[in-house]
Amino acid sequence: MENWLTEFPEAFSVDIRTPIDNAIEYMVVHWSGFFDKISDGLRLVLLRVRMAVDLVPWWLLILFVFGLTLLLTRKPARALLYAGMLFFIGMIGLWHMMYATLTIIITSVIIALLLGFPLGVLVSFSNRASKLVRPLLDTMQTMPSFVYLIPAVMLLGLGNVPAVVATVIYAMPPIVRMTSHGIRHVDKEVVEAAQSFGSTRLQLPVKVLIPQAMPTIMTDVNQTIMMAISMVVTCSMIGATGLGAEVLLGINRLESGRGFAAGIALVIVAIVIDRLTQGAVREEGHSHAEA
Amino acid sequence: MQKPDAIPGQPQDRDIILRVQNLTMMFGLKKPQAREMLKNGHSKEDILRKTGVTVAVDKVSFGVERGKIFSLIGLSGSGKSTVVRCLNRLLKPTSGQIFYEGEDIAAYSSGELKEYRRNHISMVFQSFGLLSHRNVLENVAYGLETRRVPKKERMEKAMEMIAMVNLEGWEHKGIGDLSGGMRQRVGLARALANDPDILLMDEPFSALDPLVRRDMQFEMLSIQEKLNKTIVFITHDINEAFKLGNTVAIMQDGRIIQTDTPENMAQNPANDYVRDFINSADKSQIYHVRDFMQRPSCLVRQKEGAQVALKQMRANDLSSAYVVGERMKFVGVITLDAAFRVRAGEITFEEALITDMPTTTADTQISDLIPTASNARFPIVVLDEEARLKGIISKAAILTSLT
Repeated sequence: MENWLTEFPEAFSVDIRTPIDNAIEYMVVHWSGFFDKISDGLRLVLLRVRMAVDLVPWWLLILFVFGLTLLLTRKPARALLYAGMLFFIGMIGLWHMMYATLTIIITSVIIALLLGFPLGVLVSFSNRASKLVRPLLDTMQTMPSFVYLIPAVMLLGLGNVPAVVATVIYAMPPIVRMTSHGIRHVDKEVVEAAQSFGSTRLQLPVKVLIPQAMPTIMTDVNQTIMMAISMVVTCSMIGATGLGAEVLLGINRLESGRGFAAGIALVIVAIVIDRLTQGAVREEGHSHAEA
Repeated sequence: MQKPDAIPGQPQDRDIILRVQNLTMMFGLKKPQAREMLKNGHSKEDILRKTGVTVAVDKVSFGVERGKIFSLIGLSGSGKSTVVRCLNRLLKPTSGQIFYEGEDIAAYSSGELKEYRRNHISMVFQSFGLLSHRNVLENVAYGLETRRVPKKERMEKAMEMIAMVNLEGWEHKGIGDLSGGMRQRVGLARALANDPDILLMDEPFSALDPLVRRDMQFEMLSIQEKLNKTIVFITHDINEAFKLGNTVAIMQDGRIIQTDTPENMAQNPANDYVRDFINSADKSQIYHVRDFMQRPSCLVRQKEGAQVALKQMRANDLSSAYVVGERMKFVGVITLDAAFRVRAGEITFEEALITDMPTTTADTQISDLIPTASNARFPIVVLDEEARLKGIISKAAILTSLT
């Protein structure tokens, strides 16, 4: 017998792999109809978003970024820089790849917002929901994202659909968290004032709490987008198309140039989106100056 | 329904709109145990230590007379804000009754409570409690909106209230564009828009600077005169309480120590705590001009003329000088610009003098001088009975005496 002082005793060993495998396999076999529906739905959404993105010709997107930057920062040099950076993506031949990536990001962010915002509102009003959801969010955020990829592939197949699911799981926690944080931290007297005028249970959140929490919630849309971008390369491993796939291809073929080109394009996309959404939040913050 | 008992210190023949009886408010979990301990005469500290329950308000009773201002004063933590929040049930009392027109609002259902809040009572908050995502007009209209008053009607009513608090022209501005005083005007207009019988004001002017606070107090009094509302006014400032209240109640450690008219309270304080409180009253009503006046550093005789005045001003690094005639009789003030013009021969020395200056005497109370000081361009001139210059008192000296 082994010495239990130096080795962890085998008597205590528990197998959690098999039950998890079994559970996933069970879902694959018995819930396939359900997952197929989700898969079809997501595929349709992705298709629509892709069609919408494709409606934008390259020059219009560059012009749009130029105009928006100018509007938000009033700095022509910066607007020119961002427009130039986007133009560069086209120059290195990655424009279409970027559109594929943007499609996944936009779809994921929209779904994350649609799911996360109501959940955040719910969590802010119910302590019980909060106790239940919080640890789940923490787990979702800290669990290495690769772990989701395996069941996502098994249940939804390869391609952009499981990529969107994995990205949503990864990018949703901040929306839930910040929505509930924003609502819970609305100034106490503002809440009291609303109550003292006889607001109903529905008027209070709709007319007061959610609008007051909006600046906080907006800062977070930016975070969600950034997290979605950070999942791009990871998701290419399960067949997501776009810039991430280029990086992966670069790794597989040991082509540094290909990897770097796609990497640079991703950085540019991230910078431009980050600055633009942050600028938008700041504008929002101005018009909602603290009272 | 339980019949309201007599309240000590207040005659019974008055028209009482709101009567609070044995109001007790505890925060914490083990309230029954705490109540038992309170009944057995344990101190609040003991109760907090043994049960973790804070007794914020302990058997408070008072009556608020219709159309009058009831000031509730106490230091922070004395329970005054808790009491006022029970009056519109932002907090539900642990025990006790609150009779509004004979109905116990502590027992109201949530539907009755909504009606009560929408039609009979509204509140003004210390840090305003305004909705920063709405403009002035929409803030003022909020109470009407909860009652589902049609849009056109509520906007009209809101505009009327905005006019009443002198904010015309600001109705489409955001809250962020407003100064503190203006924000509280919005708060006041919002509270009045519902046309409540009772207005609760929780330290409404504490966040404002002294001069703005005086304006707002004055304005509130004139509005009260016009609309004849019943007001429950919470403050920690004894001057404000005395100035505004028809009746003043003083709170300490969750209990009301004395309820009386300001005059009676000043003359017959119930105990040392009340006496100390009254003694802490505004220094501007104790100090006089002589305590703060200075000798003017730039003094010129009339016969010496502009040349000397210029030299004096340059030597003292000032842009104005006080001019006196025979036996220190005050003549006027000459500014640097005017003195230069005299030297250039454009005007005479006599023409250059500013003579219509606000003046005061050494025996004037500082508080009476504040309105003059706020408009004065130069330090105010202090004269004796024979119009001789005794000194000057600067705006800064007057304002710092308030703190």
